[in-house]
Amino acid sequence: MENLVIVGSGPAGISASLYTVRSNLSPLIIAKGMGGLEKAEKIDNFYGNEEELTGAQLHEKGIRQAKKLGVRFLETEVLGIREEENFIVMTSAGEIETKAVLLATGIKRATLNVPGRKELEGRGVSYCAVCDAFFYRQKKAVVIGNGDFALHEARVLKPLAREVLILTDGKQPAFSESPEFSVDTRKIASFEGEERLKAVVFEDGQKMETDGAFLAIGTAGSGEIARQMGAQLTEKGHIKVNEKMETTIQGLYAAGDCTGGMLQVAKAVYEGAAAGIAISAFFRKKQE
Amino acid sequence: MEVTITKENFKKEVLEAKEVIVIDFWATWCMPCKRQGVILEEMAAAGVNVGKIDVDEQPELAAQFGVMSIPTLLIFKDGKEAERFVGLRSREELEQVLSKY
Repeated sequence: MENLVIVGSGPAGISASLYTVRSNLSPLIIAKGMGGLEKAEKIDNFYGNEEELTGAQLHEKGIRQAKKLGVRFLETEVLGIREEENFIVMTSAGEIETKAVLLATGIKRATLNVPGRKELEGRGVSYCAVCDAFFYRQKKAVVIGNGDFALHEARVLKPLAREVLILTDGKQPAFSESPEFSVDTRKIASFEGEERLKAVVFEDGQKMETDGAFLAIGTAGSGEIARQMGAQLTEKGHIKVNEKMETTIQGLYAAGDCTGGMLQVAKAVYEGAAAGIAISAFFRKKQE
Repeated sequence: MEVTITKENFKKEVLEAKEVIVIDFWATWCMPCKRQGVILEEMAAAGVNVGKIDVDEQPELAAQFGVMSIPTLLIFKDGKEAERFVGLRSREELEQVLSKY
């Protein structure tokens, strides 16, 4: 059993780990890939960064610093989090139980903004297989995505639905194991249907009839994880937090780009620190 | 007040209701539904009429209203659906909408 799992190894996650490792919480960081920093050519607006390190270099430095202080890292993909007595973090490498979680994966750059998506939300277009699989008993459902997150959602649907397919929307399949589902890689142009989703239309003009379309693009970001857990989001779809970086679920925290506002390293570092301090206080209180 | 809605009492409790009622389509296995449930419980204690429909037990009602994602909230006024929300909603947001009715 872990005390604290931090999802994400960017400035918010690392910063939180520095504060919590010092209060003997032994945080575990789970991350795969780099997030927003990867694309930052040169960070010339961050305090003390005289050498003008790139985003990737700064990211690497942060990880080295945390490792030096004894923070543990697990390189795998988080697929979702269940709430039982504690939190169960589901990953490509198995399940990890923990008392507290900090979501700090940044925000997702990839979405599927095609006609019909917004209009058909809740009418066939869904973001949560665990919540909505029930409505697709003996029906056909497609999962849109090209990685383990999509595979995970497809597996939740499989026992109930008549047929499940994965659509990668033009992206190369990147599953860690070969999926037991048919995979269609054509690019998606729109969702069709009036009262209910009827079909997915591809860019080649062909249609695939379906009752449901579950969006699971890329990796499960903090926003998706929080949404599936039932944490409140803001109107813009960011995770709602208070000044202690607490979400509306006790023991679940969020920091960095996923809480909205400025997409800046400085803001992520601050929020990570605030979360780290709040989480340390949360555990001190628990012990009393 | 919070009532459990079934297909037997739907007409009386929802269609013939004199006051505005918030209908909550939910299920025991849906995590966001549990959160929504807590919010609605508080609102019910504060005087809002809330009707709970367990989709496991009342699949016909879910189908009748085209509910394919939960939580889904419907606000009924004068026996008609006036608003629909798919996904978790905060108390503030719901209260703001309810103040219109």
